[in-house]
Amino acid sequence: MQPKVDTSAPVSDEVKTTTCYMCACRCGIRVHLKNGKVRYIEGNPDHPVNKGVLCGKGSAGIMQQYSPARLQAPLRRVGPRGSGEFEEITWEEALETATGWLRDVREKDPSKLAFFTGRDQSQSLTGWWAMQFGTPNFAAHGGFCSVNMAAAGLYTFGGAFWEFGDPDWEHTRYFMMFGVAEDHASNPIKTGIGKLKTRGAKFVAVNPVRTGYGAIADEWVGIKPGTDGLFVGALIHEMFRTQSIDLDYLVRYTNASWLVIDDEGSPEHGLFARDGDGHPLAFDKTSKTLVNAKLPEITPALSGSFKLESGQIAVPVFELLARRFLSASYAPENVADETSVPAEDIVRIAAEISEIAFSNEVVLDVPWTDWTGRKHDQMIGRPISMHAMRGISAHSNGFHTCRLIHILQILLGSIDCPGGFRYKPPYPKQTPPDLRPFGKPGQVHPSTPLGGPHLGFPMGPDDLLVDNDGTPQRIDKAFSWDAPFSSHGLMHMVINNAATSDPYPIDVLFMYMANMAWNSSMNVPGTLDHLTAKDPDTGEYKIPKIIYADAYASETVHYADLVLPDTTYLERWDCISLLDRPISEADGPADSIRYPVVEPDRDVRAFQTVLLDLGARLQLPGFVNDEGAPKYPGGYPDYIVNHERKAGIGPLAGWRGEDGDAFGVGSPNPQQLEKYIENGGFHLHEFDPEQRYFKHANKAYLEWAFAKGFRTSDTPIIFQLYLEPMQRIRLAAEGFGNNVPPAEHRERLRTYFDPLPFWYRPFEDQHNETEFRFHAITQRPMAMYHSWGSQNAWLRQIHADNRLYMSRERAHDLGIEDDDWVWISSPLGRVKAQVRLMLGVNRDTVWTWNAIGKRSGAWNLAEDAPESQRGFLLNHLISELLPQRPDGYRYSNSDPITGQAAWYDLKVSIERASDAEQGLTSPRFEPLSSPTSIEPAERLAYGAGFVRNSSN
Amino acid sequence: MTTLPEQTQKKLGLVIDLDICVGCQACAVSCKEWNTGGYSAPLTDQEPYGADPSGAWLNRIHAYEVGDGSTSRTLHFPRSCLHCEEPDCVTVCPTGASYKREEDGIVLVNPDTCIGCKLCSWACPYGAREYDVDDGVMKKCTLCVDRIYNDNIAEEERIPACVRACPTGARHFGDIGNPESAVSKLVAERDGQDLLPEFGYKPVNKYLPPRSRKNIAGDESMTPTASEKVSSDTISADGHALSDRLFAWADRYLSR
Repeated sequence: MQPKVDTSAPVSDEVKTTTCYMCACRCGIRVHLKNGKVRYIEGNPDHPVNKGVLCGKGSAGIMQQYSPARLQAPLRRVGPRGSGEFEEITWEEALETATGWLRDVREKDPSKLAFFTGRDQSQSLTGWWAMQFGTPNFAAHGGFCSVNMAAAGLYTFGGAFWEFGDPDWEHTRYFMMFGVAEDHASNPIKTGIGKLKTRGAKFVAVNPVRTGYGAIADEWVGIKPGTDGLFVGALIHEMFRTQSIDLDYLVRYTNASWLVIDDEGSPEHGLFARDGDGHPLAFDKTSKTLVNAKLPEITPALSGSFKLESGQIAVPVFELLARRFLSASYAPENVADETSVPAEDIVRIAAEISEIAFSNEVVLDVPWTDWTGRKHDQMIGRPISMHAMRGISAHSNGFHTCRLIHILQILLGSIDCPGGFRYKPPYPKQTPPDLRPFGKPGQVHPSTPLGGPHLGFPMGPDDLLVDNDGTPQRIDKAFSWDAPFSSHGLMHMVINNAATSDPYPIDVLFMYMANMAWNSSMNVPGTLDHLTAKDPDTGEYKIPKIIYADAYASETVHYADLVLPDTTYLERWDCISLLDRPISEADGPADSIRYPVVEPDRDVRAFQTVLLDLGARLQLPGFVNDEGAPKYPGGYPDYIVNHERKAGIGPLAGWRGEDGDAFGVGSPNPQQLEKYIENGGFHLHEFDPEQRYFKHANKAYLEWAFAKGFRTSDTPIIFQLYLEPMQRIRLAAEGFGNNVPPAEHRERLRTYFDPLPFWYRPFEDQHNETEFRFHAITQRPMAMYHSWGSQNAWLRQIHADNRLYMSRERAHDLGIEDDDWVWISSPLGRVKAQVRLMLGVNRDTVWTWNAIGKRSGAWNLAEDAPESQRGFLLNHLISELLPQRPDGYRYSNSDPITGQAAWYDLKVSIERASDAEQGLTSPRFEPLSSPTSIEPAERLAYGAGFVRNSSN
Repeated sequence: MTTLPEQTQKKLGLVIDLDICVGCQACAVSCKEWNTGGYSAPLTDQEPYGADPSGAWLNRIHAYEVGDGSTSRTLHFPRSCLHCEEPDCVTVCPTGASYKREEDGIVLVNPDTCIGCKLCSWACPYGAREYDVDDGVMKKCTLCVDRIYNDNIAEEERIPACVRACPTGARHFGDIGNPESAVSKLVAERDGQDLLPEFGYKPVNKYLPPRSRKNIAGDESMTPTASEKVSSDTISADGHALSDRLFAWADRYLSR
């Protein structure tokens, strides 16, 4: 009776194991191929990142591969910029055009090239290319992503949140997650919280919005945006007040005992007291003398005033820190209104943390040896872990806020201990990493490499990239007095600055994979004006030449003069390198590759191979051999195997050496890529148990990391509760030293370069006009990454438009009902959106999904696609500049320390749109025409061919 | 009309843990990609790049807010065929295309005999059936019948695509008819629930309700410790009284 079902049909003809790129998570995937097409993509169970699972984006990779938005061939602009009028050209024409433009710049003034890459997973190549070109103007997208997290972490404890560390999912008993939207990181966080909840650990989500991860938290703290630092400050207050502090940990691993000179008005004020060899001093209570604070066997004072040989008085860091946070301004009852977190909740959460940290230690019976040679029988941990992301980083107070979270972790003794927050190698680095930015006056010369890296970690005014007048040397003003510690650059300011010749004009803007003409820029209308602005005298574009490389017809393609079409992630070689953003686990370093699993069916080339080609055509050192011929004629895979950054150290760490048996350091191995492919596309080196925790002070780890080139020495990492480089900037702002800021910058620098973290209102709140009473933030949905997913036939069935979510109660007060259309206004303009009312949102906050709104016609979607008719961006409302200073100057809308774009600072007003205005978003921009001749399908029956044995 | 087997040898089904489902759509998309090339191929899409994109999906995720005020919560709810023991969707089928398998209880549609009359979708109170407008036949969750017995797939991966993909571990698959199975034990331990049991269709799939939230009050281990009871009114305007106490404590502690 029952029909016979074939339950054992072959799944595919072939399986290739590579790395996903549907977001930044970089999971291992198995790609099943049938009849030459992608049949099925599943997670690789052996892969360290995802261990077999796969998110919705990853599974939708099939539709990304066959998207009608894929660019087809190189394009040259023939109509006005922005018109979308292009002609297809050959690769030879495209590469010769680019080479001509770039050669001209390089021979005259390399700084006239601005090369900025977006969600680039090959920064060690793109950065090196820019270095060899000689321009100081290179960065990726970190300036508007997470530099506050990276800089705050690296300066403080030599690691960072985001992908550079993880909660100890196996042992943590209390997990606090701050401002993490639904995707960062994707699968590891989902797997981790599933695990810890199943185990019975407590999960606290601190977030103005209760969705996604927050929805399954045991406790949701619906904090007001931009006040997390104040909340954490109050937790620190409670830790000091209740003496819930790991003093041993502070003495061993931090600068808590270091003495800070207290001599207001002197050029040494606020610096560490040092001995003749430059070692910081502490007061040893046993010998009652001032001693080198880094010596292991001392009993340092954590409070008191001590007289130095100079006669100056000095005070331990611990005392300064404790006094700050015990002050009434951080008392729970005094922060409750500002944060909208009740004081009793703050006190209770602090008590819970204290209880878990100090009465529920995790003990692993694993002996280890610390950097001094002291042996420990066990690894003892305080099982409190924390994680934070965009909701912390994208505010103008994000650097200090992130520092506050790290200070709390350190006071609890929960960095890299069992149950705490764990480093992923190659972290920890020094605090900060031993890397200074290049591009000072005198470091940029025609036809000459830069001499060092673009991005680094200034230790004080002498490391800034400014001239004697304080003028920035980079187009984005990174490492200038505007944002001295801007370690990832400020990609968000490049178009504005270039178009307004501030600090100087450029000739070529070269961008890769960043949708800067749409959802990756603040103030989109202003950005489009800048991209098309012409010099009235010459009629030439103010940004004369724009080269753009991408695989898809994003909004930005239309504003390019030359388009270099990239391959998809299933068509190219890639290398996820330890020199860049690796996929390491806390238990060991890992790196991985992508390799072509399907052949491109278009006239496209992998961007990395194109960059190597351009480098050779430009005769850049390192890109050509002694005869001037290309050094990597095999393109990117050739480079991945054979390039050596230092002797024996290349893009991939696994299977090095002639026999392929070396890890980390070894000569290039011609079989290296085959070994990666055999192993599923990745290499994981697992640490010995004794190396797995306390890596900042673990002898076995530090020595190993030094030998493998991860570290420049085997000395321990000392956590910087007090950040002396900040004080050096502050002293410069007070007029001390040879390198001082112009007068108009000084007050701002004095205020924000506080060596101890503190909370201040985000700038938009400081300037706030009271009519803009709502905080407006975005979240990225779990099923969509940036704008990439919008062209995806499956993912856009999940998110094709976005609502403005707001509190039911507030909406009621404003006469707004569910599904109404409203005007969202900021000082910059207004946007119309449809509301969805909810309970799980901070009452002073509205929010929406990020990057769903599209420009009509972009991504080869129909002109009336919901993404452009009902979807909207808040970007149009966010100014890229702060209000004018008294002298007329406008700083970028960024964190004053790091230059991180402050796009979560936005404040808006909300009013119901009139009845006649319901139904469509506003503004709606002129539709874009497709830059390709591909007609999108009206129907899909993908997969029919796999079972009916015909080609689909 | 179509008859049901008197009993099935197994009751294969899903157990879905609402306590840890974050609504990420991994299961829904993995289901779509497996099944569009599998037993139900193709799961067609209409206007995939147009004004009203839609298509056939065998698993859809919903998000709700439940409760009110401080007790409200956000709940994610994956919805697919529950493989009921007594499903009307089968008995209403005029051609026998819808049927419940005797060997494992899976409810399937035979695409060769389905006439697309949609009676079954009207009969299902769970909205679990998907009419494929381009293919003209009804489609539904097959529990990946072409995976779970598939000799070409590694044994440990012979599970439905949704279970295989789920990042949080919220989806479990097994024989709910066998009280000794891991899924049955999980259902017993976590008080797994039937969806809308009042209809009497006896769903095989079970939903594990969200666990009670830790703390808020209740949890004894979370009551504040003695040191917490220090009243914060000892703070003087500049915080000195507290800091003196802290420094004295630190001094004593480090002089041990």
